[in-house]
Amino acid sequence: MARKQQAVKTLLVTILAWIVGLMMFFPIFWTAVAALKTESDAYTLPLNWLSTPWTLENFGIVQERSNYALYIRNTVVIAFLSTLLGLCFAIPAAWSMAFAPVKESSISWSGKRWLATIFLTAFFVGLGLYALNWDLTDRAALGLGALIVTTVPLTLWVFSRNTTDALLWMLSTKMMPPAGALIPIYLIFTRNGLVFKDWGWIDLTEWNLMDSFWGMVPLMMLLNLPIIIWMLFTYFKEIPDEILEASRMDGASLWNEITKILLPMAVPGIVSTCLLNLILAWNEAFWSLNLTNRYAAPLSFMISEYSSPEGQFWAKLSAASLMAIVPILIIGWFSQRQLVRGLTFGAVK
Amino acid sequence: MGTIRLNKVRKVFGETIVIPGADLEIKEGEFIVFVGPSGCGKSTLLRLIAGLEDVTSGTLSINGNDVTDTPPAERRLAMVFQSYALYPHMSVRDNIAFPLKMAKLPREKIDQAVQMAAAKLNLTDYLDRKPRQLSGGQRQRVAIGRAIVREPTAFLFDEPLSNLDAALRVNMRVEIMQMHKDMKTTMIYVTHDQVEAMTMADRIVVLNHGQIEQVGSPLDLYNTPNSRFVAGFIGSPKMNLLENETLGVRPEHIALSDKAGEWHGTVKFAEHLGSDTFLHVDGGSRGQITVRAVGESGFHAGDQIWMTPNQNRIHRFDKEGRAIR
Repeated sequence: MARKQQAVKTLLVTILAWIVGLMMFFPIFWTAVAALKTESDAYTLPLNWLSTPWTLENFGIVQERSNYALYIRNTVVIAFLSTLLGLCFAIPAAWSMAFAPVKESSISWSGKRWLATIFLTAFFVGLGLYALNWDLTDRAALGLGALIVTTVPLTLWVFSRNTTDALLWMLSTKMMPPAGALIPIYLIFTRNGLVFKDWGWIDLTEWNLMDSFWGMVPLMMLLNLPIIIWMLFTYFKEIPDEILEASRMDGASLWNEITKILLPMAVPGIVSTCLLNLILAWNEAFWSLNLTNRYAAPLSFMISEYSSPEGQFWAKLSAASLMAIVPILIIGWFSQRQLVRGLTFGAVK
Repeated sequence: MGTIRLNKVRKVFGETIVIPGADLEIKEGEFIVFVGPSGCGKSTLLRLIAGLEDVTSGTLSINGNDVTDTPPAERRLAMVFQSYALYPHMSVRDNIAFPLKMAKLPREKIDQAVQMAAAKLNLTDYLDRKPRQLSGGQRQRVAIGRAIVREPTAFLFDEPLSNLDAALRVNMRVEIMQMHKDMKTTMIYVTHDQVEAMTMADRIVVLNHGQIEQVGSPLDLYNTPNSRFVAGFIGSPKMNLLENETLGVRPEHIALSDKAGEWHGTVKFAEHLGSDTFLHVDGGSRGQITVRAVGESGFHAGDQIWMTPNQNRIHRFDKEGRAIR
């Protein structure tokens, strides 16, 4: 009886899983079908599924109209470089959080301490600006002073927190709607934040982050850094402290401890972290659409080109979308086992 | 060389005082055992010596050099962990060679040293295996091999045998003692097992709540414990503590008779080990008394028994548990 119940349960769960799976796959399937139809057929409703004559012309048109090679190059550059750069920052960060966590806040903040920090910062900023011969009543001086006086105590506060707080704080940046940060970042990109200019010894007025890899790669890295650090942190947590301690006793420097012991042991975790980050960076659209135009525009920008004021060209849009997602779809397909293992590593054990 | 000196070493974790202040001098070539119940701070003390934990205050010196702030990698100590802590992604060969590679020795020297260590530990046939393909005892040997290749100033053992089964533990115990005899290097060994401590140590350090209770040779501790805690901890079965714990007699220092004696009691049950019999006696108002009888004893559960403690072997303690001599 129990076995029969179990079998029914398994059957129901399987059916449900298939339904959900097909529902999730359906849009991709629809895109693929639409891409292989003529523009008028793709537009017809109800959609005549498989009856229309198939055509590959949409792909040819997409290649002709927009330079697919350029976009895929940009996507690959941004996705891979941002992942690599992210690892450079995330590995040391995750190491320190997993193996040398700060258990208690290193500064105990009180009202007195807050006031003292703010006043001292203000005093030293004023002193510094005065030494640089700035007119302290000038708006620029006041603005810069106010900026430093707010950021320094806040930074001190953030960096004095214990590791758990720091981890949650990092994650919280992912909860902020990106549109909220768009305007400041847009300003930084277009005018180099009004900060970089002709300093006499170096002239940065012409150097622009807008529509360049110099802007997109670090930005994409920063967007995904919390996720990379979190994933690596969970992986590193699984590695027993004693093994790293043994390497320390064996005379390994910090560099050797990380590169010879920690990283080889964490390879599966690092690989799945990289894969996830690649997929996220590949699919990113919001920032790419706003901050790139021609030179550093990735595939998501290419797709958006196909929705125009004259109307939607469904077949071409579908063909472009398909061309954009196929490479990452293939990578994901081959690495799905690794990915699932990576995402559930800490949870199932 | 291999002297280690602890001077008022103190360790505090947040609000908890783990080691209130330890003074200890370990001589060259000595086999010293830290023993105590779990949570007494013996592993912390070892980790302080290793440099894996920072000393809160006090100083630590090795061979006369202050190493209080020296990172573990530069203390020239080798450590064997309870969990073996082998590098799972490396072969046995690479595991043993790791400390030498870190010391940037030439390749031939490394190969030679690994071969020698492997031969000494019967690991030659396993050099190309990964740690997961080895048994517990073999893993422990690899961990020891990794420690001996670099010829450290001193060896630190953190309960190295507690993951092994009983028979293997006895073998490894003998091997480690043999190793100490051959190498004559200072060894510090942490265990909660007082039998291990008694059989292996030149000197035992008994710890309780982070305090060093007593330091001495195994027989010193056995014959003249200077506190009730040491008296109860050293010796198996435990010393009998009678009369509000002010009087202690070891089970082996009580003479038995079925006719007459100082104390009277009823045998509750008997443990027959062959070589000895341990009788657990209900001593009435005196409480439970354990007595050792040599060989196979004729007493059985329910028998009336008279016991006479050996007057020269009675230990007396004051209210605080200090020994009165």
